Amino acid sequence: MAKIKGAVVVNTERCKGCDLCVVACPPHTLALSKEANTKGYNYAYMANPDSCTGCASCAYVCPDACITVYKVKL
Amino acid sequence: MEETKLMKGNEAIAEAAIRCGCDGYFGYPITPQSEIMETLMALEPWKTTGMVVLQAESEVAAINMVYGASACGKKAMTSSSSPGVSLKTEGISYIASAELPSVIVNVMRGGPGLGTIQPSQADYFQAVKGGGHGDYKLIVLAPSSVQEMADFTCLAFELAFKYSTPAMILSDGIIGQMMEKVILPPQQPRMTEEEIRQKFPRATLGKPADRKPNIITSLAIESEVMEKTNFRLQAKYREIEKYEVRYETYLCEDAEYLMVAFGSVARICKTAVEEARKEGIKVGVIRPITLFPFPTKILAEYADRVKGILTVEMNAGQMVEDVRLAVNGKTPVEFYGKMGGIVPAPDEIFEAFKKQTLK
Amino acid sequence: MNITEIIHPANLVYKKPDVLNDTPMHYCPGCSHGVVHKLIAEIIEENNWQEKTIGVAPVGCSVFAYNYLDIDWQQAAHGRAPAVATGIKRLLPDRLVFTYQGDGDLAAIGTAETIHACNRGENITIIFINNAIYGMTGGQMAPTTLENMKTSTSPAGRNIELNGYPLNITDLLVKLRGTCYVTRQSVYNVAGVRKAKKAIQKGFENSMAKKGTSIIEIVSTCSSGWKLTPDASNKWMVANMFPAYELGDLKDI
Repeated sequence: MAKIKGAVVVNTERCKGCDLCVVACPPHTLALSKEANTKGYNYAYMANPDSCTGCASCAYVCPDACITVYKVKL
Repeated sequence: MEETKLMKGNEAIAEAAIRCGCDGYFGYPITPQSEIMETLMALEPWKTTGMVVLQAESEVAAINMVYGASACGKKAMTSSSSPGVSLKTEGISYIASAELPSVIVNVMRGGPGLGTIQPSQADYFQAVKGGGHGDYKLIVLAPSSVQEMADFTCLAFELAFKYSTPAMILSDGIIGQMMEKVILPPQQPRMTEEEIRQKFPRATLGKPADRKPNIITSLAIESEVMEKTNFRLQAKYREIEKYEVRYETYLCEDAEYLMVAFGSVARICKTAVEEARKEGIKVGVIRPITLFPFPTKILAEYADRVKGILTVEMNAGQMVEDVRLAVNGKTPVEFYGKMGGIVPAPDEIFEAFKKQTLK
Repeated sequence: MNITEIIHPANLVYKKPDVLNDTPMHYCPGCSHGVVHKLIAEIIEENNWQEKTIGVAPVGCSVFAYNYLDIDWQQAAHGRAPAVATGIKRLLPDRLVFTYQGDGDLAAIGTAETIHACNRGENITIIFINNAIYGMTGGQMAPTTLENMKTSTSPAGRNIELNGYPLNITDLLVKLRGTCYVTRQSVYNVAGVRKAKKAIQKGFENSMAKKGTSIIEIVSTCSSGWKLTPDASNKWMVANMFPAYELGDLKDI
């Protein structure tokens, strides 16, 4: 089966660190960063980028539409 | 040849609304103005001009339907009577703040509370001083005949759109219920959406690609923004005061005394004045037609020349305050009023005049 | 294939819909409002309805929806959105007109307007966010607040004798013959988001096809009002709100 690789880009300024994407991410790719954005929110980021499959679960549940999702078949 | 008909004041409003291209009427039953909606429903204008006529579940719902329609640049109106107008005042404040061209008819009845269904003028303050919350004004037209009920319906829309602000027709149970001859205006076509886009570019008709969204709102969390809205509203009201004052004078040229009255009471005063003239007393009547903008200037001018003024109203004394403000102490301003739906007769007005005003 | 190669327009799977503009939304972190706004924006964009849509935003946290979705909007007085929408739809019958109301707006002050708009079968879609609290004003008890649920005006928990029962308004609206589609959804997880989007899409289609009134209730969270984290709010909602406000289509004619 062709391997699928994904990646997400988080709009770190728009993110409010609500954690729902982290909870929703099946392969646990995402986590909240130690750094905070200018509003003081610990934004989401790909802690384990290799595990991302581009399934966009994070983007579906994100209340602020911060996440852009990419996917490619290898 | 223009049609001359015999009908009630309420019916004249309905007929005139259709003819001046009204797009939507939203109403609710309340005596003494239910004939407005009854007439509209019987005439079925949706089959001819396409005008929407809808009976709402309350006066509150009705005024908010008007808000929705007006914000689309449509000619929308509602009508009610005193208690119903009180229910509408929140909506009216929203309409004034959002600067929408809505028309509201109040066919006044005796109050306060449920009151009576007999005529009254006791909502003058509510209409003129702004019945709802916040600094706002309504253009207020006070008809005194069935003809004016028709004419002012069209005039109210004209002024509402000219200044993008709500206008009120402040009538009463007498004029609403009595029948008189009336010449109805010719049928005007309803505005097309293209005309609306020109005349009312803020209208929420759906956002085409080439403009930003239209947002009709009266909310501004930042007080600087709210202050700006208020500056804009006040400037508008000054403009209206400058250009839209309307009044009628009757036998005032040689008048040594004046009666000031609006609506139906002004007609009763005319009879009282005629009685006085028979006894050689030179009295005239000034009838404010626009209650806002109030005819302050003309009253101030006459105040220099007359020995006394009697204001006559069907309330406990409301417009008299504005008369006094206009006259500013230059001549005595007395008041004679009837409350609870009682209508003053010409001779009792004449007696009051002799007792309170005549030197 | 490293990350920078994957992140390429050709490989795009999902991005924020343009109808949802770049203004940061004021909602609390994790609030369901944001998700529902995003879904509405996606639907309007996908169906190219931007030029035909007029939204009505009454008082509540979501009154500021008009700052976030680039369509024409009218702000309505608290509780009066269904009446405002009636005025619009009756005068502009070919437009897509929807209201976006909270539970206090729809089931307390605006009960009459809601019921009568539905009873007249106005061809509008009512998006009903039920988070059992008045969010904007700081977390007061709402008509849908559950028994024993703590709010700023039921600090000891909603007391039935004092405050009456939680009002399941959607069950009433099903009985009104003017409603064509009545459903309860939630955006608490991916599956929920997908279903909610389909439901809103169906509501909008019903409105355009003039089939009557569509009610889309979204059982939602209010993490600051409930004093829980966003994730804990979702879990609390599943455990407590879902039994009282069961998800699923209640009517679809």
